[in-house]
Amino acid sequence: MKRRDFLRNTAIATILPTVINGFSVKAFAASSPLMQLLGQAALTDHVLVIVQLSGGNDGLNTVIPIDVYTDYYNARTNIAIPQNKILGLTGTTGLHPAMTGMKALFDDGKLGVVQAVGYPNPSFSHFRATDIWMSASDSNQVLTSGWGGRYLNYEYPNFPVGYPNSQMTDPLGIQIGSTTSLVFQGPAVSTGMSISNPTSFYNLLNGVEDPAPNTQAGKELSYVRLIAKQTSQYATVVTNAAAKVTQQAVYPTNNSLADQLKIVARLVKGGLKTKLYMVNYGSFDTHVAQTNTSDTTTGTHANLLKNVSDAIKAFQDDLKFLGVEERVVGMTFSEFGRRIKSNSSVGTDHGAAAPLFLFGTNVIPAVLGNSPTIPTSATVNDNIPMQYDFRSVYASLLENWLCVKNADLQQILLQNFQSLNIVNGSGCKIVNPSTSGNSYLDIWGNPFTTTTRLVYKTDGGHVLIQIFDTMGRLINIPVDADLAAGTYSVVFEGSALHTGIYYARLQNGATQQVKAMIKVK
Amino acid sequence: MDRRDFLTAHTAKKSKSISFASTAQTSSGLNPYTGVWTTNEVIHLLKRTMFGAKKADVDFFSAMTVTQAVNYLLNVTTAQTQPTPPLKNYANSVTVTDLDTNVAQGQTWVNTNTADGTVNANRLYSFKNWWLGQMINQERNILEKLTLFWSNHFSTETNTVSDAIWSYQTNAVIRANALGNFKTFVKAITLDVGMLRYLNGYANYAAAPDENYGRELQELFTVGKGANNATPPYAETDVKAAARLLTGWQINSTTNTSYFTASRHDTTSKQFSSFYNNTLIAGRTGATAGDLELNDLLTMIFATNDIAMNICRKLYRWFVYYTIDATTEANVITPLAQVFISSNFDIKTVLSTLFKSEHFFDVQNQGCIIKSPIDNIVSVCREFNVQFPVATDYVGNYNCFQSLNTLAIAQNQNIGDPPNVAGWPPYYQEPQYHEIWINSDTFPKRNQFTDQMLGNGYTRNSANIKIDVIAFAKTLPNPGDPNFLISDSIKYLLRLPLIQSSMDQLKKDIILSGQITDSYWTTAWQTYLANPADTTNANIVKTRLTSLYQYLLKLPEFQLS
Repeated sequence: MKRRDFLRNTAIATILPTVINGFSVKAFAASSPLMQLLGQAALTDHVLVIVQLSGGNDGLNTVIPIDVYTDYYNARTNIAIPQNKILGLTGTTGLHPAMTGMKALFDDGKLGVVQAVGYPNPSFSHFRATDIWMSASDSNQVLTSGWGGRYLNYEYPNFPVGYPNSQMTDPLGIQIGSTTSLVFQGPAVSTGMSISNPTSFYNLLNGVEDPAPNTQAGKELSYVRLIAKQTSQYATVVTNAAAKVTQQAVYPTNNSLADQLKIVARLVKGGLKTKLYMVNYGSFDTHVAQTNTSDTTTGTHANLLKNVSDAIKAFQDDLKFLGVEERVVGMTFSEFGRRIKSNSSVGTDHGAAAPLFLFGTNVIPAVLGNSPTIPTSATVNDNIPMQYDFRSVYASLLENWLCVKNADLQQILLQNFQSLNIVNGSGCKIVNPSTSGNSYLDIWGNPFTTTTRLVYKTDGGHVLIQIFDTMGRLINIPVDADLAAGTYSVVFEGSALHTGIYYARLQNGATQQVKAMIKVK
Repeated sequence: MDRRDFLTAHTAKKSKSISFASTAQTSSGLNPYTGVWTTNEVIHLLKRTMFGAKKADVDFFSAMTVTQAVNYLLNVTTAQTQPTPPLKNYANSVTVTDLDTNVAQGQTWVNTNTADGTVNANRLYSFKNWWLGQMINQERNILEKLTLFWSNHFSTETNTVSDAIWSYQTNAVIRANALGNFKTFVKAITLDVGMLRYLNGYANYAAAPDENYGRELQELFTVGKGANNATPPYAETDVKAAARLLTGWQINSTTNTSYFTASRHDTTSKQFSSFYNNTLIAGRTGATAGDLELNDLLTMIFATNDIAMNICRKLYRWFVYYTIDATTEANVITPLAQVFISSNFDIKTVLSTLFKSEHFFDVQNQGCIIKSPIDNIVSVCREFNVQFPVATDYVGNYNCFQSLNTLAIAQNQNIGDPPNVAGWPPYYQEPQYHEIWINSDTFPKRNQFTDQMLGNGYTRNSANIKIDVIAFAKTLPNPGDPNFLISDSIKYLLRLPLIQSSMDQLKKDIILSGQITDSYWTTAWQTYLANPADTTNANIVKTRLTSLYQYLLKLPEFQLS
């Protein structure tokens, strides 16, 4: 039982708390009247699938800005996608031509895009940036637990003590094809299913295993493996769930992401109550030969994107075929985007903010945010300024999809983050935030030499204005306050800054705006 | 050698089936091993004769030949067999009858009697923690592995003995004789106060002989149950005769010594069965009667062929493998027993022959022992060079040893308290033997242990032990190269190789966080080395190394030695 439900029910039936407090809840069978009563506020059956695109995906060649196409093209002439090849989503935004599957999902109302997701002071190191994304930490903060692990620990307190139990028979989180990552690391132990061999998960499902040598050691190894399998707390339930599903829709072959997602669909349909799944695909670390020189719509990155797009499309089709489409939402992430300006080796170097995708029938099928701001003549130091903090995406999914109470979000994400209109919250009885807010930011005096005035309007509530440089470094926070509805202004003191481009980001409720401002001599 | 080579290398000896029961054993015998002496063979020798193969120890013995290495491991000085006895690490209790104030904190209690149950219980913890500490801090020799072996062979239980001093003394007798003459050893253990108490020898007198020790002496300690474990070769009358012969021994609870009381001794002659060639041991009288008759008894028992066979089988099951098929019986056990006999039962000689043999180093016999809980726990601490409190902090050290003993007990191995006089079932119980250690209860506990050691570790009264993954990685030859980091870690920690694709997957998924560029790890490692105080950089390498070792230590392969 979830602690939250417990509290909810104790409020309704005041006689219950003393009874329950006196006994281990574990002692009650799932079918007992007491548990059924407690189960009235049933756990949501929603599932979140996290797709990690390892290596830093080039967001600018994935979600391509049509409205600032010239600036885009000029910044990366050797890898730019021809405008007429872009798969248009909206009038201003399109997808890489290899992503026909995800284009179809968008047209079908099953794909959402969040533009320029990042965080202040981005790290350009794979390892550090990956850890930041997985732990949901600030840039300068080291957290040893993951955001998924903190969520699952909140949902299932004290794991692994007393688990599995009649209320949660299944692994809390499952990572396919790898050992469990930092994402699943809870405050004390990993909440993810630990898989004893990189390939054993597939093997577990299919009943095959690496050969043991035909020695006495091989004999003993087989024995220990047998026990390991018998006693892996969840091996049986996972295998049984997989065995229930004998027919699935068609997935592309030679596509490891598709292979992994196929297993996820199988386990979801097979009845696992597992909340989080994580799959991994890469490497997107396209420093060189990102595209073919003869045709920039082909090459390494195109192949990667095609596999991602085909896999997610097939996964979505399979979920529909299996009848579990309503239960699943997916999100992609990569530890960073890549540089605006391409390099001379037909590739891109480590960058900052990038778009991410949400998929499923319950996502808001729209492009959230504006096309990234691209300087008219981008330099090697120019990075895409962040529009949305990645933790706002997590917060919105936790609240609107996994039904974490708003008041409890801070336990998981350790700070309060903006709620975004990215997923239908009706399953959690939440009215989605409006995106048609009146937030408004203008810069009076742009370009500026020493100071400029930021004029902003709000419908009321918390207003945040951040100033970033082109490396994504947070320079200043001119406004961070709860304000009544109205129009305000603040003078930004920039005399100490070097000349160049800066970005002012306004955040008010679910909306935000990013505006470039240029300091000149 | 990767696993595929490993598989194909032995096709000649391979049977068709790979089912558990039909693994072919090897025909190699006791001829001196003349094959390669690489890290693999050094690790094999060390994991079998010590607790784990520590990198520094592997380097040390790699500089020797096989012969030198085995000689070194078997060369235990008298001083080494007499470590500083267990110390008083427990607080005096005001509620007990004996305040134990005669023993100061940090002094040994083994020379100061107590009649109080609580004090004795505290001392038993002290004794077991001290013993585990001997294993953790073992020297480069076989003594600790062998002490555990003999404590299983001459099994006593502290719970039954009920006197910590006596249990300590039994342990001291074992250490003193572990590599000595087996006949001397059996005599010493027969007259050991702890053993006299445990198997009721002290209560064995002429009017009412107690057969307990007379039976176990033959059935377990010397002659054995016979090759098929079914029908003992000796007769039931031999048990009775031995019991009568052993009457008269008693315990002086003040001096903690055994003594002979002639008036309690059965002075009649003892007739033994045809198994002992109808030996008739003359009844003696007087103060020396017990000693003289015991000498005669041992001479008679040691004249049988069975005693050497029994002991060699037990040594084999402990140090090599538990299955002894007809080939092994003929090619290894029988000639080894002859070595034992012709050396006048010199334990060191028989072990030297075994460890230097081609049979011991046969690939068939590598990696096939399932580690006991103690071997598993102590090896993890030693191989990862886990830092315990400074030696002078005996309280902190004993607390850490207590943490580890508690874990081993939960996995069914309580040193000083095997389940009964036969010792731990994995060393005698057919057909599973060592496999008994691993079951649905103990296997997850083993994983929890390594996981926790790689996490927060174990803390008891503020004394903490845990694995420092960075320090361990630093001991490897080339930790900055992710390929060597993984292959060397596997080489030192696992007795079976992983196939290349598995290692590649580990590299990509764990060390490179999904990337394919090796230099990312190299850079991260070097960045850390350049400024180890930077917690962010340290954390980057630490989280990845922790994941790697969590993975490797949870592999079923890790349970093998």
